[in-house]
Amino acid sequence: MKLIFEKGAPGQHLSLLPACDVPEVEIVSPRAEAPELPHLSETELTRHYTALAKRVHGVNDGFYPLGSCTMKYNPKINEDMANLPGFTNIHPLQPEETVQGCLEVLHTSAKLLGEITGMDAMTFQPAAGAHGEFTGLLLIKAYHKNRGDEKRTKIIIPDSAHGTNPASAVMAGFTVVNVPSGPDGCVDVEALRSAVGPDTAGLMLTNPNTVGIFDRNILEITKIIHDAGGLCYYDGANLNAVMGVVRPGDMGFDVIHLNLHKTFSTPHGGGGPGAGAVGCKALLAPFLPGPVVEETENGCHLAVPEHSIGRVKNFCGNFGVVVRALTYVLTLGQEGIPEAAKNAVLNANYMMKRLSEKYTMAYAGPCMHEFVMDLQDLKAATGCSAMDIAKGLLDHGIHPPTMYFPLIVHEALMIEPTETESRETMDEACDVFLALWDLAHENPQALHDAPTRTPVRRLDEVGAARNPVLKYTPND
Amino acid sequence: MTFPAELKYSKDHEWVKMLDGATALVGITDFAQSELGDLVFINLPQEGDEVTADEAFCDVESVKAVSDVVSPVTGVVEEANTELEDEPQKLNEDPYGAWIAKIKDISAFGELLSAEEYEAFIEKK
Repeated sequence: MKLIFEKGAPGQHLSLLPACDVPEVEIVSPRAEAPELPHLSETELTRHYTALAKRVHGVNDGFYPLGSCTMKYNPKINEDMANLPGFTNIHPLQPEETVQGCLEVLHTSAKLLGEITGMDAMTFQPAAGAHGEFTGLLLIKAYHKNRGDEKRTKIIIPDSAHGTNPASAVMAGFTVVNVPSGPDGCVDVEALRSAVGPDTAGLMLTNPNTVGIFDRNILEITKIIHDAGGLCYYDGANLNAVMGVVRPGDMGFDVIHLNLHKTFSTPHGGGGPGAGAVGCKALLAPFLPGPVVEETENGCHLAVPEHSIGRVKNFCGNFGVVVRALTYVLTLGQEGIPEAAKNAVLNANYMMKRLSEKYTMAYAGPCMHEFVMDLQDLKAATGCSAMDIAKGLLDHGIHPPTMYFPLIVHEALMIEPTETESRETMDEACDVFLALWDLAHENPQALHDAPTRTPVRRLDEVGAARNPVLKYTPND
Repeated sequence: MTFPAELKYSKDHEWVKMLDGATALVGITDFAQSELGDLVFINLPQEGDEVTADEAFCDVESVKAVSDVVSPVTGVVEEANTELEDEPQKLNEDPYGAWIAKIKDISAFGELLSAEEYEAFIEKK
């Protein structure tokens, strides 16, 4: 398919832009060369983007059980609210008294999300999960530094963690200490006990963890860290399993990030944009990035916390995303939030049970909101790998599960259906998974050749990684 | 899959080829490259790095994942095989020719197996 730069011809144009309502100014130092912008008619432009839209797969197209990513449906009411003129026709430098409604959105969101997670304060500046991790770690660093305890340089991370955890810790200037998981997929408590010391700055943990298991020793784990003088960071990637049921704050966590684009139904993927809100207990609140919203008798104000680590993004972050997340929380309410979490867990267990008929589970059930299958025995018996099954799913209009993650399971497929899928959709998907298992035994070559019905066939991932072409060069 | 008899092997799937009493070449085994799949990137150690037996000293990336390469010896990096930076596929094509680093001043070894013992070890896995 042609790029937009390869379409159209000089002289073609369209009139989608509204009339200019400010005085026109001539640019004093014009470019030496005109930028190579496409010249397209409105018809051509519409067809181009429609063609692109037909080639992608999103939650609006079909099942998308991408483990640890919570690809739930994004209710359209979220868009209606975010498109209200009071939210769209504003400027971040406008006087506070003229945007009180917007400040109230931020304040109310912090309060409600704080209640769901057991946190006292929150910033919406971070633009995504890993950005939130980085921010949370800077809070931990600032906390220790402020107490004059500069020896705390190590962050403890279990081997089942998301890859972003150690990366964020290193970015924040810490050294990473890896602790192994036990055979049950949970943190090895004794290994943790021997890993802590006066150099422990904190722990990063996801609960339920990446194998879909709620770590039942969580209170002991956070106590071991606190007793050693460290703080506990909760990676909110898997909050969908427990939101409104149990609170990270009550598990002993001091700081968390929330992926509003996962758990709270705001757009995810394709640039989102995302929002990695960071919540913390009162002891870390003075270090939060500024500004944060404070409520007074005279309305809401933006203020910078006393020992703020500084900005991590301009203004108040991706504000429109917060409007969508708040809409979701208010739509579901106090009863709907835990009900969504419970249905997410129920759906995952339903699929796990049906797929157990043929597939080997990495850990025995019941699971939380996701589960991991181990395809090592299928690969040994048929030569078909987790990758081949994933490619086979594409031919059936299903987005593959997360592959080869977590690293502690070798031929891993990690499935997270979310609560927004019907039993019928899950049954259809299970039928496809089970049929692919049979196909692997009957005709493995067919799976090695998959996909055959997609716009492009199997991509050369090795070639793309070894020789990435990252720049478009126009044809003269 | 081959396991040359003149090499020593670690349970983390690295091989060691002694050049003299305190200098050795290290790399990853045929089994390791086959499990990792097509390698697309290597993060080599630097000359002068001190490496410790049983601790990571390098990492390799395949289309599946990034994996640590664990040093089978304690010593100092005399030279890293920078050819691998442009051609990480050599680790797949010729795992025993594509050494990762030359380690000098070796003062300790991790647990090392003979070719026969290593082959038995991976068969059990």
